[in-house]
Parts: sequence; structure tokens; C-alpha cells
Amino acid sequence: MDLENQKRVKEFAEKYGPENVVVILGAAEGEAAGLAAETVTNGDPTFAGPLTGVQLGLSVFHICEPEIKELIDESVYDEQVGMMEMVLDVDDIISEMSAIREDYCKYL
Amino acid sequence: MNSVILGASYIMVHAPDMVIHNGSTQTTERTVNPNSEYLKEIKNNLRTFDQVVGYLPNQVYIGNITPDELAKHEMPWFDKPMEGATREGRFGEIMPQDEFILLMQICDVFDLVKLEKEFVTATKAKLMNHPLFDDGLLGRIKEGEELDTIKRFVEKEHAEAIYNNGVLVGCVKRAHDIDINLSGHVMFENLVSKASNVLALLNLVSKNNINKEEIEYIIECSEEACGDVNQRGGGNFAKACAEVAGFVNATGADTRGFCAAPTHAIIEAAALVKAGVYKKVIVSAGGSTAKLGMNGKDHLKKGYPILEDTIGGFAVLIGENDGVNPEINLDLVGRHTVGTGSSPQAVITSLVSSLDKAGMKITDVDKYSVEMQNPEVTKPAGAGDVPMANYKMIAALAVKRGEMDKKDLEEFTKKHGMTGWAPTQGHIPSGIPYLGFCREDILSGKIKNAMIIGKGSLFLGRMTNLFDGVSFIIEANKGRQEEKSAISEEEVKTLIAKALKDFASNLLNE
Repeated sequence: MDLENQKRVKEFAEKYGPENVVVILGAAEGEAAGLAAETVTNGDPTFAGPLTGVQLGLSVFHICEPEIKELIDESVYDEQVGMMEMVLDVDDIISEMSAIREDYCKYL
Repeated sequence: MNSVILGASYIMVHAPDMVIHNGSTQTTERTVNPNSEYLKEIKNNLRTFDQVVGYLPNQVYIGNITPDELAKHEMPWFDKPMEGATREGRFGEIMPQDEFILLMQICDVFDLVKLEKEFVTATKAKLMNHPLFDDGLLGRIKEGEELDTIKRFVEKEHAEAIYNNGVLVGCVKRAHDIDINLSGHVMFENLVSKASNVLALLNLVSKNNINKEEIEYIIECSEEACGDVNQRGGGNFAKACAEVAGFVNATGADTRGFCAAPTHAIIEAAALVKAGVYKKVIVSAGGSTAKLGMNGKDHLKKGYPILEDTIGGFAVLIGENDGVNPEINLDLVGRHTVGTGSSPQAVITSLVSSLDKAGMKITDVDKYSVEMQNPEVTKPAGAGDVPMANYKMIAALAVKRGEMDKKDLEEFTKKHGMTGWAPTQGHIPSGIPYLGFCREDILSGKIKNAMIIGKGSLFLGRMTNLFDGVSFIIEANKGRQEEKSAISEEEVKTLIAKALKDFASNLLNE
């Protein structure tokens, strides 16, 4: 995850409390989504950014996961995400995200 | 009349020492984690010049094999070198680092590049055999300095060191004692960009038999900024490069827009020529050292060598309609506007839906050139196959528009898409790498048209959260098409004879 984004996530968690922050990802691959999810839960796996060694344990989801999809108006979702959903390997993304949440998420 | 594409050149520079010393992933690591395993390992995982020349995607970039031929080879490609590969390409060349360091000095007009004597002697001899370097260019190379002098500049005066094969061979001095915009580091990056741009210009001229004096304007579209404390991005790379390349009748200016800049620049150039302001305009860019080894950590982790070891560059010549070369159709320009929104779906829709203006379907465009990054570089880093992701989105849009069945999605990506081959140098892979092949494919009748799409991540500059993108269509020259469909002299004679006969018979009847 971009170093500046890591910094912003860290600042939001400090300002609002980690239990009140939910991170929503839009990565196009399961692996990329998993890496970003790991960064905001268990810390930066590349040891480069401000979240290195910081275990925020934030709640984190991908926009294509059912938990998020059902919260959004159907027509808006179709207009903004429908095409992405058509071409992404959603099952792979769900399995990567679920595994990370299970291991590191502190607020579910 | 629409402007046409008269030629395109593509160059690469193999820069292994610059990966270590100037790539931002490595310089950041040196600051954050100076004793890391990665920094120790990187030296053992750099490719040789011959390996870089033999690398299939690089051979596509310089025009020696086509994207279709590349697609026939299964990844990984790094362990399948092309037999008989050469540094010279139909569109350009791959230059080794030592020659390029001399080219940096050739491009330096402020006496900032200092090179060690023996290195200069040995490398100048190589460059003298290079067909594009005449006495004028070679005459700019200075005799060289003692190593101690260079060490003093690096250790005491904040000069940026230049290494070759792990040995200090020179430096770029700072151009001001206090101004960080003219620091050794910034001057180094800017001179690399300038020199790689000049190499693309020299190749464009030589490979397309261009008369340098006919070039009136250059638009430079890289992602660097040159200026000083009072005007950080004042410019002007374009004119600076034109000067070294010997375009005495040209002026120019820089266009910026992250990775979308080249596509913006081609549209500008095509419009300037169509409007009659200039007859011949070049769009060009050099590459970036900061992006070298950007995904190096992931490559090593997965057993790959450092694949981001080349600096890229390109140049495209746009001219008045000659009735032969492919036209840039400015009626079908796609734009991501401020109101478009930033979801990938909104972005691709805004760029491709320009086809509606001509009542065309997505499947009416034979080839789409998108972000043509080499997937072997991006996949191990978890970023996936970038061109393929774009093609899937375009296909999904076609399904959504009711122009295609969902089951044909994969077939669409094969038929209208290409396997990526360009180095991950930001603006370099963005739409533009296909222009050389596209011109040939349209001229040969292999395809009738193509859409070039450039996209840019503006939010990286922290001035806006917006994304950006523009697109345009290249199509077969209408002059040629009309020629084909036009009626022959024989047919005209028959028609006139028939008309006269009818007229005469009418007269007789009266």
C-alpha cells in the first residue's frame, strides 16, 4: 500500500479510534487486496511504510464482497461497480479477504 | 484534413547501477532499512546487457517482434531469451549504461556531468561506432577528470554519483548551492530524462528518413519537472532536447498529465497540424530513474531477477495528411472529465463512449491500446495483468451496452487486445507503445482502426483526488479508401457516353 495512504489510515485510526474505522478496498486482484488488507490489520508486510509493525486490526472489506454490496443501493452499485464485478475473480478476492480478517481483524 | 502518423521510435537504456543507486524503492529502503536483506541481494539479481537485449518484451518494444508473436510465448519470459536478438530494432534500440552515461554528458550544457578519464576513453571508442552519433555530438564529450576530483564533488559538494559495474565513474554536480530544485539528484534525473528523449529523437529521424529542418514543434510529455526555486516546473525539456537533436527550426513546450500525458500530447500535436499552425510536430518523452526496480522486492521474493532495469523513451512524428499514412480522427476524442467520477467503470466508460459520436460499437474498433505494461513485471507484485484488466473492462462495457454477449468476453480480449510488453515507466507504457505497430498494421490492411487510451493517476501529485484519461482513434487514411472505391476512367467514359446518348435520343424524340 502507498506510503502516504498508510499514513492517512493510521491518522484516521488515531483520530476516530480503530473500532470506528472501516477500510474498503477496490483492488483488481485477490493478492493485491490481501496485501492491502494485511497492511491495515497486521502491519505493512513490505516493511516500508508507517504501518510497519503497527497492528491496527481494522475492519477491512473489498467493494465486491457481499457484506458491502448489500449496504449499497442496487442501481448505484450497478452503475459504479457492476462492470468490475463482471470481470473480477470475486471468489478469489472473498477468500483472500476472509482469511486476513479471520487472522488479524480485531473489531468484528 | 486529419493529421497523420508519419513514424514512431522506441528506445530503452539498460541501467543496472541506476536501479541500485537511483530507483526510489531502493533509495527509500536505504533510508528506512539500511541493513535489509533486499539491499544485499539486489546486486546478485541484476541482468546483464545481453539478457536485457534477449528479453522478449524488450524486443517487442524496439520493434523486432510483434505483440502477437510475444503472445505465443508462455510466461515466464525472463528465462527464455530470444535467439539472435540484437540491440538494434526496427523502431529504435537498446543502449547499454556506459554509452548512455556519455550521452548524458552530450546532453549537458551546464558542465554538470563530470566523468572519469579512463571511462571516457574506453566508452567513447564504443560510441564512435554508433551510427547515430556524428562528430557534432561526439565533440561534446569532454576529456574527463581524475577520480579524486569526482570523489570530492560527491563527498563534499553533494554531487549525485554515477556508477558503472559497481564502480564510481562520474557524477552530476549540483547546479546551485542552496536551491533543491537544482540539486545533484534533481539534475541527474532531469539529464537522464533529457538524454533518453534525445536518443528517441535521433532514432526517429534516422529510422524514418526525416529532414530535421522540417520539424517545427516538439511536445515533451514525460513526468519530470525542470525549473528552479522560483518556478519548480518551468520547463522546457522539449526545446532542450530539440537543441541537442539538431532541430534548428523547431521550438516546443512540455505537456504534463502523469501517465495520460503522451495521449494528451498526441491530440494536441494532431490538432496543431490539422489547424495548419505547424506542418510537422514531434511528441516525445524520455524515461525515469526513480521507477527503476520499483517492484524489485516482489521480483526477488518470487525468484525473478530485477525486471525493471531499463529506462524507456519514445518519439512520434505527426504531419499533414499525405493520403497514405493512418489518420488521427479528432472527431472521436474521449475524455474523462471533472464530473465523470473515479470508479474504474466510470473511467473506461468515459474514454470508450466517444465512439457514440460516430454511431460505432465497441466491437467496431479492431485494436485497443491501453496501459501496455509488461504483465511479467506487474503480476509478481500483485498488480495483475494491467492490459488484460483494461480489456476485460472494455469487454464488460460492450456487454453492458448490449453490443456483445457475456460469453464472448474472453474472445474479445484476445481479438481486440494485446499482451503487454512495455517497461513500467509510467507514461511510457500508456497507449503509445502500439503506435509503431499500429501504423504498420493499418498500412498493411491487417486492421482498419485502433483506439489509443491514456490514463493518469493525478492524485499522486496531491492537488486533486481525480483520475484522468483521454483517448483517440487512428484509422486508415480516407484518401486511400476513396482511391480504392473511386470509379475508374473507363467507367467515367461509359457514364458520359451513356448520358450523351440519352441526351441525343431525347433531342431526336423532340
